[in-house]
Amino acid sequence: MLRDITLGQYYHADSAIHRLDPRVKLVTTLLFIVSLFIINNFIGYIVAGLFLIFLIKLSKVPFRFIVRGMKAIVFLLVLAVVFNLFLTPGETVFSFWKLTITKEGIRLAAFMAIRLIFLIIGSSLMTLTTTPNQLTDGMEKLLSPLNKLHVPVHEISMMMAIALRFIPILLEETDKIMKAQIARGADFESGNLIKKAKSLVPLLVPLFLSAFRRANDLAMAMEARCYRGGENRTKMKPLLYHKQDAIAYGIAWLYVVFCVYFGRIFTL
Amino acid sequence: MGIIEAKKLVFEYIRRDEEGNVEGFTRAVDEVDLDVKQGDFMAILGHNGSGKSTLAKHMNAILYPTEGTIWVEGKDTTNEEYLWDIRQNAGMVFQNPDNQIIGQVVEEDVGFGPENMGVPTKEIWERVEESLKAVGMYKYRKHSPNKLSGGQKQRVSIAGVIAMHPKCIILDEPTAMLDPNGRKEVIRAVRALNQAEGITVILITHYMEEIIHADRAIVMDKGHIAMQGTPKEIFSQVEKLKELRLDVPQVTLLAYELKKSGINLPDGILTCEELMKELKL
Repeated sequence: MLRDITLGQYYHADSAIHRLDPRVKLVTTLLFIVSLFIINNFIGYIVAGLFLIFLIKLSKVPFRFIVRGMKAIVFLLVLAVVFNLFLTPGETVFSFWKLTITKEGIRLAAFMAIRLIFLIIGSSLMTLTTTPNQLTDGMEKLLSPLNKLHVPVHEISMMMAIALRFIPILLEETDKIMKAQIARGADFESGNLIKKAKSLVPLLVPLFLSAFRRANDLAMAMEARCYRGGENRTKMKPLLYHKQDAIAYGIAWLYVVFCVYFGRIFTL
Repeated sequence: MGIIEAKKLVFEYIRRDEEGNVEGFTRAVDEVDLDVKQGDFMAILGHNGSGKSTLAKHMNAILYPTEGTIWVEGKDTTNEEYLWDIRQNAGMVFQNPDNQIIGQVVEEDVGFGPENMGVPTKEIWERVEESLKAVGMYKYRKHSPNKLSGGQKQRVSIAGVIAMHPKCIILDEPTAMLDPNGRKEVIRAVRALNQAEGITVILITHYMEEIIHADRAIVMDKGHIAMQGTPKEIFSQVEKLKELRLDVPQVTLLAYELKKSGINLPDGILTCEELMKELKL
């Protein structure tokens, strides 16, 4: 059963967004996130919201998949809103007991909520439309200038790719060890959180042992297949920009211009 | 000179106690002489700890000899200059299929070797296609390796090695973790490669049935070569095989017992058909 867990949250569909080069998506996501923090009025956020709706429509990813990522940040969202609401000094709108809500507080809280929601939607849209493989490839290519500073970019992305490949295998292994221990009377279910956490220790030891053994085997297998780092390596699926990627970059920068104009300069 | 040749090959492991002090040396491979010809299908047999895997790792320059020399295509493996040449020409398939597949998609894994060698993109695709077809896994090229069976994974691993265009492939107990069906699948693929493509195969195993089709077999024990010859010659010495704690295929054993109880049969019967013919059934 654990085999079927999909990594990350890639949603397969054939859309213009899916077909884009991962580098374009990474850069656009970054631009989008930065734009959210540049904007400081509501019109700017309307522009950002429209841009987001446009992208979601284009990506053919059902809306419920995008919203699913929001569950994880509900707590953070509430916390950020509450703090901004009550702790911003300024013109009092409403007050009871020791708490006061200010006009600036409402504004800041609303901004914070919009920023967080847009940020999560924007970045999950990227992970939903890009396979983990493409993501690591894209990052390797984008970060390759760092090679000159002796940052092992290729090695880092290879490590990420291997980690992704081994997550399902290690999950399955965990399942196996767990069952073997349950069969011998181990109890992973009952007790409070601390007791549960303690019962995981005997699980971790064999898991780590096997992970190290696997790592050793894999390293040998890679060397046997002539792996020697990133130098002189060719790519089976090299990243190449196409016309659509240029258009996408154009749209992304156009969006940034709009954001800066409506979000900072334009006033009603 | 054959494609792989060894002279008085010795490999010693250093045994250490818990504090890491040297306790002594274990000779895993002890003065082995070997000569494998281009196009051969050679089997190396032996029970656990006989040194067969250690010997195999020398053929791919993963381990280096403590004494003696091993040449792959006439190149000394200890010469660093030839390291990548040797690893490309003598491809290696390991026991655990999960621990040797690097790609998240079958075709990407097969492309890993050629990528490392710096083969141009277009040619990588050609090689991937041709290797996957050679092991009969072409229709699975877009699959995730996690969803394949053990035998299929092992065939993908073999394709990954063939894509590097080696002259010789060394399979280190490729079937040890597979079920009987998976074992058959893998052995069939290996035989096809040997016969159709003329790739030299060195198969390390402890399943006797798998060596029946080999041209030559070597039995290892305690680091030495204990027996050498064609599978027929080896299987005719049932007593000696038992001494080396190796199983004999059931048909061979039956024929041996029949012969011992007085029925006139030749030595070294390997298949059911052969036995039936001899018994005139």
